[in-house]
Amino acid sequence: MSSDHSTYQPTSGVGKWIDSRLPLPRLVHDSFVSYPVPRNLNYAYTFGGILMVMLVVQILTGIVLAMHYAADTAIAFESVEKIMRDVNSGWLLRYMHANGASFFFVAVYLHIARGMYYGSYKAPREVLWILGVVILLLMMATAFMGYVLPWGQMSFWGATVITGFFTAFPGIGEPIQQLLLGGFAVDNPTLNRFFSLHYLLPFMIAGVVILHVWALHVTGQTNPTGVEVKTKTDTVPFTPYATVKDALAISIFLMVFAYFIFFMPNFLGHADNYIPADPLKTPAHIVPEWYFLPFYAILRAITFNIGPIDSKLGGVLAMFGSIAVLFVLPWLDTSKVRSAVYRPWYKLFFWIFVANAIFLGWLGAKPAEGAYTIMAQIGTLYYFGFFLVILPVLGLIETPKRLPNSITEAVLAKKGGSGGAATAAASSENRG
Amino acid sequence: MTQSEGTGEPTRRDFLYIATGMAGVVGAASFAWPFIDQMNPDASTLALASIEVNVESLEPGMSLTVKWRGKPVFIRNRTEEEVAEARAVALEELKDPIARNANNADAALATDLERSAGEGKENWIVMIGSCTHLGCVPLGQAGEFGGWFCPCHGSHYDTAGRIRKGPAPTNLPVPPFTFVSDSVIKIG
Repeated sequence: MSSDHSTYQPTSGVGKWIDSRLPLPRLVHDSFVSYPVPRNLNYAYTFGGILMVMLVVQILTGIVLAMHYAADTAIAFESVEKIMRDVNSGWLLRYMHANGASFFFVAVYLHIARGMYYGSYKAPREVLWILGVVILLLMMATAFMGYVLPWGQMSFWGATVITGFFTAFPGIGEPIQQLLLGGFAVDNPTLNRFFSLHYLLPFMIAGVVILHVWALHVTGQTNPTGVEVKTKTDTVPFTPYATVKDALAISIFLMVFAYFIFFMPNFLGHADNYIPADPLKTPAHIVPEWYFLPFYAILRAITFNIGPIDSKLGGVLAMFGSIAVLFVLPWLDTSKVRSAVYRPWYKLFFWIFVANAIFLGWLGAKPAEGAYTIMAQIGTLYYFGFFLVILPVLGLIETPKRLPNSITEAVLAKKGGSGGAATAAASSENRG
Repeated sequence: MTQSEGTGEPTRRDFLYIATGMAGVVGAASFAWPFIDQMNPDASTLALASIEVNVESLEPGMSLTVKWRGKPVFIRNRTEEEVAEARAVALEELKDPIARNANNADAALATDLERSAGEGKENWIVMIGSCTHLGCVPLGQAGEFGGWFCPCHGSHYDTAGRIRKGPAPTNLPVPPFTFVSDSVIKIG
């Protein structure tokens, strides 16, 4: 990665021998020990580390579960029950994996929200941001396919509904759906390929994570002020400062995770998924896992035709569009100022966006009728309005607060409590 | 492609570049194809054959659901009221005016007769019970039109299985079927 700040000094003979042949210890030292990070990072910046831990948790528990699981429609459901009842510690491993998916999404949504609040996606970090959106998409595909594997009612009907999205595309839709399913309906070929891909995708995520971290280390972290690092006094070494902060956040996060595993392991799941899949009977109320609910609400909000696009295709396009819009976010935000700390109006619209996303999630779990549909339409309008109208226009008309000259100045002004930059820096919040 | 300096004539090296490149493209495409094609429905799935269903016990107002091609097929012996109700609907009121009946002409309009098993058997309706929105199984004799109602995203079908309200774009499709005898239906 970057060698300009390399302070690695191998002391032992073996260390020197390795360093001149494969300088892996140097890479690790430069990336995770001496690597300079802004001195003012708050706890909102710890979710990257938390996500790394969650990916490892999911891969480890997943590999072990695969040793006991059978991807065949005749026995898949039973094999999962066997894991729960017969396999030693199987219940724990499965609850870790199932709740791990949820906590993975908790962390990734907070990580994304931090990026949006502090404007982390802005130049020169566009590629870093886009790689993050790619990871999010891969996570969604992985989670969806993983949810099909227990072969319960929600597995089956969730898979039916989601692969049904593709039939919305005229002409090519049905052949694509049959290609994905390997048949005319969700069945054994579907379960087999989903299992195979569910095993593969996490490793692709790991690959993109490496690129994501690489891109991060090229540009360096942003920080709550949004002002770039200028001098050495603006930074502290990754170890011990960021390492310890990350470790504390990871510990607390894992404690909450453990609480769910041991005391409410099925709270985030759906009871219908403990009923074996039945292709002839749809559950009265199909809902996806909670982390897909806002997108599900957007899908169902389009109940009207838009010109030649019928409501079905419109819903599917809106749902895919709600993720796709994230790819172009760096170019939609026209403001030169990164951090919401110095953008009073952006800060307001950002928190409305967060509330709206939670609101859409709540609506996604409600039946699609009457007032709920209208509320979902309003929520969807704000979701897209935020990206496509508010962000481009706001950057042109908003007057930002005065930025501090440097990170050091902002930190010292805050500690000192007086001086010109104090007004600006005082509003910088320490979340977490 | 590069050209030999000065003359502007293609050289043997240019030819080799292009030929090798093209061989690579064709090779990569042929190599990729089986990996894509294996995902398509396999021979055992395609060999769905057809099924025969005995409907002797179905009195008017009774339904039967059978599985065909992995999907449910609704067979209903409709009551006279249901047929009359479906007949009374003007075609202009329909969201999808096409019959979607594999046994009739593609462009046939969605009159009740075209949707049903035909002249003399108007009381029988056979449809693939998979909502044309996103594939859930609609519930029978429910919804605002007394036909079928999809609980997933709220699509209402009438007593002839025609979409009347909600996000589904088309009527429930009628699979190819024939009455082998008065009491046996062959689907497929």
